[in-house]
Amino acid sequence: MAKAGSVSQDYAIEIRELTKSFGHNRILRGINLEIKQGESIVIFGPNGAGKTTLIKVLATIITLSSGKVVIDGLDIKDRAEEVRRRIGVVTHQTFLYQNLTAYENLEFYSRIYDVPELKKRINEVMEMVGMISRLHQRVGTLSRGMQQRVTIARSLLHNPAIMLLDEPETGLDQQATSMLWDAMQTDGQKKRTLIFTTHNLERGFEVGERLLILDKGRIVYEGSRQVLDLSALEKAYKSNTMVSA
Amino acid sequence: MRFWRNVAAITWKDALAEMRTKEIASAVLVFTLLVIIIFNFAFGVNQEVVRLVASGMLWVTFAFAGVLALNRAFIVEKEEGCLEGLMVAPISREAIYVGKMLGSLFFILVIEAIALPVFAFFFNLNVFSLQLVVITILTTIGFVAVGTLFSALAVNTKAREMVLPILFLPIVIPIIISAVKASELALSGESWSSLTSWLQIIVAFDVIFLVVSFLVFAFVIEE
Repeated sequence: MAKAGSVSQDYAIEIRELTKSFGHNRILRGINLEIKQGESIVIFGPNGAGKTTLIKVLATIITLSSGKVVIDGLDIKDRAEEVRRRIGVVTHQTFLYQNLTAYENLEFYSRIYDVPELKKRINEVMEMVGMISRLHQRVGTLSRGMQQRVTIARSLLHNPAIMLLDEPETGLDQQATSMLWDAMQTDGQKKRTLIFTTHNLERGFEVGERLLILDKGRIVYEGSRQVLDLSALEKAYKSNTMVSA
Repeated sequence: MRFWRNVAAITWKDALAEMRTKEIASAVLVFTLLVIIIFNFAFGVNQEVVRLVASGMLWVTFAFAGVLALNRAFIVEKEEGCLEGLMVAPISREAIYVGKMLGSLFFILVIEAIALPVFAFFFNLNVFSLQLVVITILTTIGFVAVGTLFSALAVNTKAREMVLPILFLPIVIPIIISAVKASELALSGESWSSLTSWLQIIVAFDVIFLVVSFLVFAFVIEE
């Protein structure tokens, strides 16, 4: 695996003094974070805290203003294309073309991700999300929850080691939400590294090993699920976000 | 090689979506035919006047139809939330640009191929010359090269459908003027040598704006 800078191989993601501004508006203000291979991180925060911007920077959708981000040993500034090959992204947007069928959408993404044996893989991931019977249905005719399931299938096509999830549960029912986590947590052999942003403290507490609170572009709280309970997390969330409200 | 595979995938996806909905093609085709009919009512009876303004009418029609088509190129991606899907995929931003550009180029050339015989019919002009075909293809390449870039730029603005023509048309004035002048000579039956200087301007515009658009697209799309 390629290496970049003085990064430890233990870390799937290493973020150093990350800032992001849009004009004079500073959204991220010096984020420092290390995430180990296979670790699940949940980032909570109120609207405008910078959660989505952080995910977009990690996903290489937008460029960082300063600082350094290394994913799987690769600096995202210099080797963005290789980084993208190793990450899967699910957001509240589906990234699906409404006038194409689920199969055509997945075929398109398989081609640009160079997925081998794409028909077999498309069938596998659609089976995984319980949507195999809708494979040849136009995405625009599917319900929001079904579209989100196809989105999850899309994100898993290239079997990424790292998943970036920005409020991925949009439109999903209880059953689909559990399916989402089953599909996300392992690639069949080893645990994926997960970064998950949400407003839902209860759900985040269930799935995250490390729990962070982001407010006004800074990490204002960090705790481990092993030493916290849900009420302690709620208290921490209120105290850390109320101060800035 | 991978670059061209990705370009082909994007162009094919756009073609498939368009063949299914015919959203852009039908709107642009109807617009083009309406403009030709309006010009026919305005100038149709006097053949002398028609000969004087024919190439201008042709390129005004193609330019506005082109703007209409280019406007949709990135709006569809944006509206369906797919632009970010392309941006998180392991493909270069340049491949996105070339893929989208080739898709738009194909559609606009098809519209022009349909519009030219209609134009010939309404204005009683011989538009079926190799010269006019070459001028049309070369001009459309330059037009779409710049238009795809500006379409990506406009898509992140609020009044995106108005922003594109305002930003884009001033930039393409040189190539439109050259196309009008070259087409005028072609419609008058002049030789290739008399067209050379205008064709040189068109080709130079194509090369410059293809290279510039290719190089700056990543900055335009990211912020």
